[in-house]
Amino acid sequence: MVSFAWINSPDPASDRARIGLMKVRVLLFAVLRDLTGVESLEVELAEGAGPADAWRELRSRHATLAPFQEPPLAAVNEEYATPGVVLHDGDELAFIPPVSGG
Amino acid sequence: MYLTEGKVDVEIVTGRLAREIDGALVVFAGMVRNHHRGREVESILYEAYESMAEKEIGRVVAGVEHEWPEVSVAVCHGLGRIFVGECSIVIACSSPHRAQAFDACRAMIDRIKETVPIWKKERGPGGEEWVGWQWT
Repeated sequence: MVSFAWINSPDPASDRARIGLMKVRVLLFAVLRDLTGVESLEVELAEGAGPADAWRELRSRHATLAPFQEPPLAAVNEEYATPGVVLHDGDELAFIPPVSGG
Repeated sequence: MYLTEGKVDVEIVTGRLAREIDGALVVFAGMVRNHHRGREVESILYEAYESMAEKEIGRVVAGVEHEWPEVSVAVCHGLGRIFVGECSIVIACSSPHRAQAFDACRAMIDRIKETVPIWKKERGPGGEEWVGWQWT
């Protein structure tokens, strides 16, 4: 008898890892939220992906972002991302438009 | 907690600093003005990545208090809609002598404006616009 129990695996994260994918929560603020109409979404990315890959994915989903080839500043888990940062499954990735507080 | 809903009251922020060793209290209050780049402004909508903004303001406070150890700092930034003449941010710095308090207060506002994930959308008779967003 063949078991298909893995289909309903209680740990979807480990399933994604097995096929080289990870899920990242993306937050969009201010002008980026207004442009997309979305403030939070999940994207699936290949392992080893960074904020620029997530930005590419967003631009492919939202035509209003298409003109913006360069990704805005990014924060990963509430810390400004350093160049070359690699994302991990479950990370919270925020794209930060130019800040204007004060 | 450095963020609050709506305008910021100066007295609430200065009230957090009460040290008998201090001879100087410098307060910076950022207010919504009625114009920006030639356009009329009626109000500003402030939005934050709140959890990160709290952390970043905390980092700025820690840095300033490390650089000016004799200075004590209190700060509050308002979120949501704030109208002309109301304060969007209040920073209070107290210290035994005035020079350090002035310097620390200036550094506080400059650094907060640089790094803290807060955005403003100005509203006037001509419509609404996010500030600092350049269309490429």
